[in-house]
Amino acid sequence: MSVLISRQGDYLIASVVSDLSDSQVVALRAELGERVGDLRATGIIVDVGGLDVIDSFVARSLRSIALTMRLRGAETVVVGIQPEVAIAMVQFDLDLDPIHSALDIDEAFSLLDQWTEGTPEDGR
Amino acid sequence: MGDEVVVSIRSDQDMVEARAKSRRLADDLGFSRTDATLIATAISEIARNILVHAGRGEISMRPLCEDMRYGLVVIARDSGPGIRDVHRAVESGFASRGGLGMGLPGARRLMDEFDVESEPGEGTTVTMTKWRVPDDLERLREKRLRRAGHPSS
Repeated sequence: MSVLISRQGDYLIASVVSDLSDSQVVALRAELGERVGDLRATGIIVDVGGLDVIDSFVARSLRSIALTMRLRGAETVVVGIQPEVAIAMVQFDLDLDPIHSALDIDEAFSLLDQWTEGTPEDGR
Repeated sequence: MGDEVVVSIRSDQDMVEARAKSRRLADDLGFSRTDATLIATAISEIARNILVHAGRGEISMRPLCEDMRYGLVVIARDSGPGIRDVHRAVESGFASRGGLGMGLPGARRLMDEFDVESEPGEGTTVTMTKWRVPDDLERLREKRLRRAGHPSS
């Protein structure tokens, strides 16, 4: 499996360990949608450290995952974007707005903790 | 220098292979990790265009050598429906941001040279090149080799 999904407290962690085909990216969204409901997760961390390329499709899909999860009641943070991948995304003119990204899982945890403990009008 | 690499594109799994092979070739040619990533990202977009618009096609990549620089040229061919207005398709801003169809303008920004040939009904050929200018140390080394009587070309 190219994505490992684990649970830590109220959060789901999806770690992408190798390059994904487009259909695997689509499958990830469906799987996360289900798992969020099953586990009543309030936060999702998608670790994309295994991705050598984030092109327009992957960027759009990550955004779509985050927006889908928000409708399911969970916030998403993307972590682990490799430095070269970040450069390529900027040169391409791709971004993940309105999704938040963080350097690593620890940082994502503190972001999610802030949001889920914060007042509802924080939104995210 | 590596030889030509050809990947036939029929499924999204072939895109994964094309990205991996371009990275290997770029590494062999001495491109930086960043440039290898730019090339792989551009290839990914072009390969997806082939799948979405033509269903199948082929991507070839090979080294390109000139006197002062060398590069990696990527040629993507399909016999799909072609593009009616190539200029418009390549222009950035044609596609809505984040929407479908930002592939060509995005790939163009990642590469140094970018050319699209297409006629409606005649398929599409995208040719794109990334150049690598040897650094001072490499040039010095080559000069020395040449002086020592080992012409490098």
